[in-house]
Amino acid sequence: MSELNLTSAPAHLRHGSSIGQPLTRRDGVLKVKGQATYAADNHPPGMLFAVMAVSSIARGRVTSLDVAAAKRHPGVVDVMTSSHKPPLAIDPEIKTNPFVFRMEVLQSDEVRYANQPIAVVIAETLEAATEGAVLLAPRYETLPPLVGLDAGKSFVPPVVGVGNPTENHRGDVEAGLASAEKQIDAVYETPPQYHNAMEPHAIVASWDGDNLSVDMPTQGLMLSLGRIAELFGIAPDKIHIRSPFLGGGFGSKGLMSGPPTLGIMAAKLVGRPVKLVLRREQMYGPVGHRAPTRQRLRIGADGEGRLTALDHHARTVSSTFDDFYEPAADASHTLYAAPAIRTSHDAVRVNTGTPLFMRAPGEATGSIALESAIDEMAWACGIDPLAFRLKNYAEVEPITGKPFSSKALRACYEQGAARFGWAKRPLQPRQMRDDAGLLVGWGMGTATFPALMFQAAARAVIRRDGSGAMEIGAHDMGQGAWTALAQIAADGLGLDIDRVAFKAGTSDLPDAGIAGGSAHTATAGAAIHSAGAAVIAKLADLATTDERSPLFGAGNAGVIARDGKLFRRDDESRGESYSEILARAGVAEVEARGTGAPNPAAMEEYAMHAHGAVFAEVKVDPDLGQIRVTRMVGAFAAGRIVNPHLVKSQLFGGMIWGISFALHEEAITDRRSGRIMNANLGEYHIPVNADVPPLDVITVEEHDPHVNALGIKGVGEIGITGSAGAVANAVWHATGVRMRRFPIRIEELLTQL
Amino acid sequence: MKQFDYVRPATVAEAVAAAAQPGAVYLAAGTNLLDLMKGGVSRPDRLVDVTHLEGLDQIEHLADGSLRIGALVSNADLAHDAKFAKSYPAVAEALLSGASAQLRNAATVGGNLLQRTRCAYFYDTASSCNKREAGSGCDARDGENRTHAVLGWSESCIATNPSDFCVPLVALDAIVEIEGRNGRREIALDALHRLPGDTPERDSALEPGDLIVAVRLPAAARGFAAHARYLKVRERTSYAFAVVSAAAALQIENGKITEARLALGGVAAKPWRARAAEDVLKGVAPTADAFQEAAWRALSDAKPSGDNAFKIELARRIVVRALTLAAAGTPVRLPALPASPFASISGAIHV
Repeated sequence: MSELNLTSAPAHLRHGSSIGQPLTRRDGVLKVKGQATYAADNHPPGMLFAVMAVSSIARGRVTSLDVAAAKRHPGVVDVMTSSHKPPLAIDPEIKTNPFVFRMEVLQSDEVRYANQPIAVVIAETLEAATEGAVLLAPRYETLPPLVGLDAGKSFVPPVVGVGNPTENHRGDVEAGLASAEKQIDAVYETPPQYHNAMEPHAIVASWDGDNLSVDMPTQGLMLSLGRIAELFGIAPDKIHIRSPFLGGGFGSKGLMSGPPTLGIMAAKLVGRPVKLVLRREQMYGPVGHRAPTRQRLRIGADGEGRLTALDHHARTVSSTFDDFYEPAADASHTLYAAPAIRTSHDAVRVNTGTPLFMRAPGEATGSIALESAIDEMAWACGIDPLAFRLKNYAEVEPITGKPFSSKALRACYEQGAARFGWAKRPLQPRQMRDDAGLLVGWGMGTATFPALMFQAAARAVIRRDGSGAMEIGAHDMGQGAWTALAQIAADGLGLDIDRVAFKAGTSDLPDAGIAGGSAHTATAGAAIHSAGAAVIAKLADLATTDERSPLFGAGNAGVIARDGKLFRRDDESRGESYSEILARAGVAEVEARGTGAPNPAAMEEYAMHAHGAVFAEVKVDPDLGQIRVTRMVGAFAAGRIVNPHLVKSQLFGGMIWGISFALHEEAITDRRSGRIMNANLGEYHIPVNADVPPLDVITVEEHDPHVNALGIKGVGEIGITGSAGAVANAVWHATGVRMRRFPIRIEELLTQL
Repeated sequence: MKQFDYVRPATVAEAVAAAAQPGAVYLAAGTNLLDLMKGGVSRPDRLVDVTHLEGLDQIEHLADGSLRIGALVSNADLAHDAKFAKSYPAVAEALLSGASAQLRNAATVGGNLLQRTRCAYFYDTASSCNKREAGSGCDARDGENRTHAVLGWSESCIATNPSDFCVPLVALDAIVEIEGRNGRREIALDALHRLPGDTPERDSALEPGDLIVAVRLPAAARGFAAHARYLKVRERTSYAFAVVSAAAALQIENGKITEARLALGGVAAKPWRARAAEDVLKGVAPTADAFQEAAWRALSDAKPSGDNAFKIELARRIVVRALTLAAAGTPVRLPALPASPFASISGAIHV
C-alpha cells in the first residue's frame, strides 16, 4: 500500500504521549469522501466480472447445468464448473492447520448446504455474468436436508471453539446441587446468526505469470497468504494482498473461504483480472455464521445466596463436512465463584455452511444464557441481581483457581450501577410504569472476554530528517487500527504522530497476526512497541558511544525518546535530536524489528480477562408486547485504553450487538428445504437507529502488568457479552415473564403478558 | 441480469399503449420492482418508466372538498405536506411509519398501492409460490409462516399485503383513478386489491396497461381529522413491515361515536376494512367495552394459516388500542415515532 492520505489530528495531543488520547479516526475523512479504496473499488485494466451460481438445495447433487445457455448470453466469457476449472495444488478439503476452513471450490457435484457455490460465470459486465448464472438453470438430485438442533444423533466433539476442551469441571456438581437450598434448571435457545458485515466478501484477482495480485478484505493477511500459496502451489512471496480497509468482518473474513478462492481460480481460468463480489444473500452460507445453541443451566445456591454448583451444557451444530463448535458453555468458567462447576457440549451435524467465529464466539451465546440464569437464581433467592453477583464475586478464576492478572469488575459494578441509578430498582418484577402506562424494567449482566494475544512483528525506522516509519501488516476493520496503532507507533518512536509514516494493510509488511479475538491492538501494539524500543536502542547506541554527543556515556543511565529527541534519563537537560545523531553518524536511517507474543509464563500463572457490567432499561407495551430498549449503561475494565474515543465506539457497537442478540437477530431456516428465508437486511433484523437508545459507556481504569508490555486487554467483543443478558433480564423485570428463547419474539411475550 | 427494453413515454396515453404489451411493467421509483428483478422474482421484458410523465405529481384540493393525490407524489412529500397531514393525520402517520426516510423520498403513491407481498416464499425463486408462478403450489402454507395472513387467505396463498399507506386510505374510502386502454375509470381502493382465492397470481383488479394516475380522498374523509390514528406493531422500532397494524378514525359528537372507520394491515392480501366493527361503534359511546366488541367483530372471521394464531389476538389488541388513541384525539404534532407503541416516549427524533 502506498501511503494513505490520513488526516492529521492536531487536537488532543499531550506532550510526550499519544497513547491515551482520544484522536478521531485518521481514515475518517477518506471514508466520508468515498476515497477509501475497498477491495471491490478496484478495476484493473481488462477486468472481468465473476458471479457465483449457488445451490438452492441444501443436500444432494448437481445433476446438470446449462452451460451452453449461459455461454450464449452476450458478454459471457466463460463458465467455471466442477469439470472446467484450473487445478489446485492441494485438495481444498485437507486441513493443513487448525485455521483452515474446508471450502467449496467446485471440487465435486455434491451439495452440502444451501447457497453453496456450484459454478462461476465470468463476463464482460456484472449484468451479463448475473444473467449467465441464472441461465445455468441447475438441476439437482435432492436429499432431505438435516436442519436444526435435533437433526440427528448427537455426539461429543473432540474440542470446541479453537482447541478448547469439550468438557471441564471443578468440584462435585451433583453434590453441590443436592446440597442447594434453591435450584434452577432452565433451557435457553439462541438462533443461527450471520455476520452481515456491511461490505460483502469481495476479491479482485490478477495473475501475471506466477505472480498474483489480490485486493480482498481480510482479517488475517498472513493466514490468507499462506492458504492461497498452498492452494495454488506458489511461493508466498509471489502473492501480494492489499486489504487497507474492511467494511466490517466480525470473524467472517478471518479464514480464507471458498468465494475469494473462486475469484482467484476464475482469473487463472480466463487469464484476465477478475472481480467477484458476493451478493448479500450469498453471504448466508459459504463464509461462516454463528451456530444455534440450546443451553441447559442448572444452578444451586445455599440459604445465603451463595452458589453451590453451576452446570452448563450446550448443544450446538456444525456442518456435515467440517468442525467448528460454538463454545457456549465455556462462558461459565470465569465469572461466578461456584465451588463446583461443570461445562459440557454436544453437537449434531446439519446441512449448513460451517459455523465460524462470530462476535464473541461462545462468550456471547453463553453469556445471554448464563446471565439470564444468574438473574433467575437471584430472584429465586430473593436477592437483588447485583447484590447476588457481588455475593458470588470470583476472587480467583473459578474453573482454574488461578489469580486474575487484573480484575476491576467490582469498580465496573459500582460505577455502572451508580450512573444507571440501579439502587432504586424494585426487587419484584412488573413494578414500574412510565407516564404512558408502558411497563418499565431494569436488568443487568456481567461482561467478560479473555485477554488474548497472538504473534506479530513490526519494522521501525528513524530517518535523518527526524521522521519515522512503522510498518506492520495490520488490519483496520473499522475499529480504528490506522489510528490506535499509529498512536502506539508514535510513542514507540518518540515522535509526534504526524511525523510517523504508519504503513499497514498489505501482505508484504511484517505479520501482524489476525485481527480477531479482540487481540489485534494488544498483539500488533506489542510488536510496534517492541520495534520502537529496538530502533530507539540502536539510535541510542549511536549517540551514547559518540564522544561528540551530549549523550555520550549515558548508556548505563539510559535514555528517553520524546518529541524526536533522546534525553538522558537521569538528566533531561542533556539530549539531542534524532536528526543530529543520524547526521553526525553519517547514516540515512536506522531500522529495527520487534515482535509481540503472549507470555507463556504469565499465562500459566494468571487468568487474563477483560470485564464489565451492563445495565439496561426496557419498556414493553403491556398489551401489544413490543419491546424497546430505552437506556443502557456499560462500565468496562479492559486494561490500558489506547484511544478512548475509538474504544467507546467499539463498546457502543458491542452493546448494540447485545440489543440485537436479545431482540432482533435470527436467520429463519425453512425446516423442509434448509434454505434461509430471510437472507437479506430487510428481513434479517438488526437494530436500526430507533432501536438504539442513548448509550453510556464508562471505561474503568485498570492497570494490568501481566497481559503484555502495554497492559492492553482488547475491547472488540466484550460489549456484546453482558449486554444481551441485561436486556433479556430487563424484559423479565418489566413484565414478570421469563423469556428463554432468543431473539425474544412478540408472540411468546404476548401470550404471557 | 435479464435484458429488457426501457421505454420512457411522453404521455399517459403512450404509457398505457406501451405497458399493454405482454411482459411490460410500469416503473416508478422502483423501490420494490428493482429488488424483485435483481432477485429474479420479476423478469419483465419491458419497463415503462412513468416518472417523467407530467401532471402526476400534484396534491390538489378540489372544490367539492375532496383531495386528489397524483400517482407520482412521493411518500415523503405527501406525508410532509402540512395541509394534507392536518386533514388526514392517520394517512400521514401511516406513511411515516413505513420503510426508511430514503425509501420514502423515492417511493411514489401509485407504487405504494402496487407493491408486492413480502412473503419470503414469493421472493425465494426456488420455492413453490402460486402468486409468482400460477399453479406451482404454496410452500408458505406449511413453511415458516408466523407473519402470514389470518383473514381472507386461501389454500392457494396466505400472503399479506405489506402497505401501511393503504390501511388508512381504505378506511377513508379512497378512490383510485385509473387510465386504461378504454380510457379513464375509477374504483374504490377496497376493490383494487384482490383476495387470493384460486388465482393469487393476480394481486389487483388492474388490466394490462392500466395505470394508476391518482388517488382521491372524498370530502367526507376530512371529517375524521380530529380522531384519527394509525398504529403498527413491528419487530423493531423502525424500518420493518407491520406484524399487524390498524387505522382507526372516529367522529364523536356529544359523547357518542357518529361515524367510525377501521381497517387492518398485515393480516390479509389486501388492506382489510372492518365494516362490521364500524357498525358496532356507530351511535355508541367511545368506551373500552365498545372497542373490545368492535375488535371481536373485526376478527370474527379470522383463522390462523400457520404458526400465526397470535396475530389474531394481537390484531384485537391493536384495534382496541388504535380506537382508544383515536378517541383520545389526534395529537397536535405527529409523534416522533409515528404509529409506534412507543410514540409517547419523549426525546426521540424522527425516524
